[in-house]
Amino acid sequence: MEILGYRRPDGKVGIRNHVLIIPTSVCSSTVAANIANQIPEAVALPNQHGCCQIGPDHLQTLRTLIGFGKNPNVAAVLVVGLGCEGIPISETAAEIAASGKPVEVVIIQEIGGTLKTEAEGLRKVSELVRQVAHVQPEKVDISELSLAIECGGSDFTSGLASNPAVGIASDLLVAAGGNVMLSETTEFIGAEHVLARRAKTPEVAEKLFEIVHDCEERAKFLNIDIRDGQPTPGNIAGGISSIEEKSLGCIYKAGHAPIQDVLKYGEIPKGKGLYIMDSPGQDVESITGMLAGGATVVIFTTGRGTPTGSPIAPVIKITANHRTYIMMEDNIDLDASPIISGEETIEQVGHRVFEEIIAVSNGRRTKAESLGYKEFGIYKIAPTY
Amino acid sequence: MKKQAVVINSKDNVATVVDDFPSNTIIHFFIGQSEHSIQLLEDITLGHKLAIQEIQPGQDILKYAESIGVATKLIRPGQHVHIHNMESQRGRKDK
Repeated sequence: MEILGYRRPDGKVGIRNHVLIIPTSVCSSTVAANIANQIPEAVALPNQHGCCQIGPDHLQTLRTLIGFGKNPNVAAVLVVGLGCEGIPISETAAEIAASGKPVEVVIIQEIGGTLKTEAEGLRKVSELVRQVAHVQPEKVDISELSLAIECGGSDFTSGLASNPAVGIASDLLVAAGGNVMLSETTEFIGAEHVLARRAKTPEVAEKLFEIVHDCEERAKFLNIDIRDGQPTPGNIAGGISSIEEKSLGCIYKAGHAPIQDVLKYGEIPKGKGLYIMDSPGQDVESITGMLAGGATVVIFTTGRGTPTGSPIAPVIKITANHRTYIMMEDNIDLDASPIISGEETIEQVGHRVFEEIIAVSNGRRTKAESLGYKEFGIYKIAPTY
Repeated sequence: MKKQAVVINSKDNVATVVDDFPSNTIIHFFIGQSEHSIQLLEDITLGHKLAIQEIQPGQDILKYAESIGVATKLIRPGQHVHIHNMESQRGRKDK
């Protein structure tokens, strides 16, 4: 089976063709946004971090920014630095450039202030747009696709219908040789033993138990209780009574394929098949991690409804709650409620989901894309100093 | 028969209703292939759970054939099962 994609110099394939502006620090985010605002083909990351971070937290932010630059949906990059931040500006640019795509850099303290940097940045981005915007997608095998699976604003329909349907689509993509990522470690709590049965090796199962254990321990270390935040008030109103119930419903969206490995947040998988990524349950931070890991399309199941999008990837929404679909039709792409009413089977809707993923890969705009949603958020794992 | 509640696995001791139902409604559902019915003892809204067996305090609440928490009081068949009579066992500072 074939889809349309943009083959990048490193051989990877994207399904969108963005020029991305990456501020290496919160201090350069406004300049990055001002440049993007003047060029329709460009998009800037609203980075809130990048300075005064330490150890694994610093490395995670660095990995995420580099991963976004390397993502195959990105054709060219402008890195915007302040000059004195903790994230190394030239190393970030060099790591992204190693993938072969054009990368430019502007540094506010070196060029001399906002206005000169914006002028220089505009000149460089307009040049990048002329280099890459005309490139047409070519036919590629569907195995080049990398799918991120997310769920948010869950209710009872998520575990009952939309997640199992997405699981069917995930299985179809894995069977076709593609790549799938499942994240949200918080939402493995109480279901990790079920997932672990599918680990490719005992070591992978052990890694899975370890990330869930660490997630629980972090909450206990703060002398808090996961029940304070999970399930969310909306989950509870929708009928979900515990994190275990939410998790058991959540894991259905990863289908039945064997789990190849457990990835760090923002880590790029080394092979094909289904991978698990260690991320929080918060939707935007979770999607951000999987896109840094190279995902090119996102499928997002919801019960309560959510508008979330991404700066660099299409996010396809699906709900099996018919009331939500009617209420939020401008945000939600697919109605899976016929599963609940008994008019369609999980398998039938799963195939519809797969067809939608292909159509979106071939260029169809998702509702989040057409509304201009561009959420981005890096998962912090230590305080800022 | 229109589907009124779903029992995901035959090991489960709760069912999930797929519409809003007032107290005293007789709810029909399937466990595997066999049809069952229960009279609701309380109003239960779309997506919420009812007990389909008597559940003792301390006993696991089973959905998807797995424990989703533990009953904190006696729950009779037809009663609403939610955070007022069951609790999570995970990520807790007191355990």
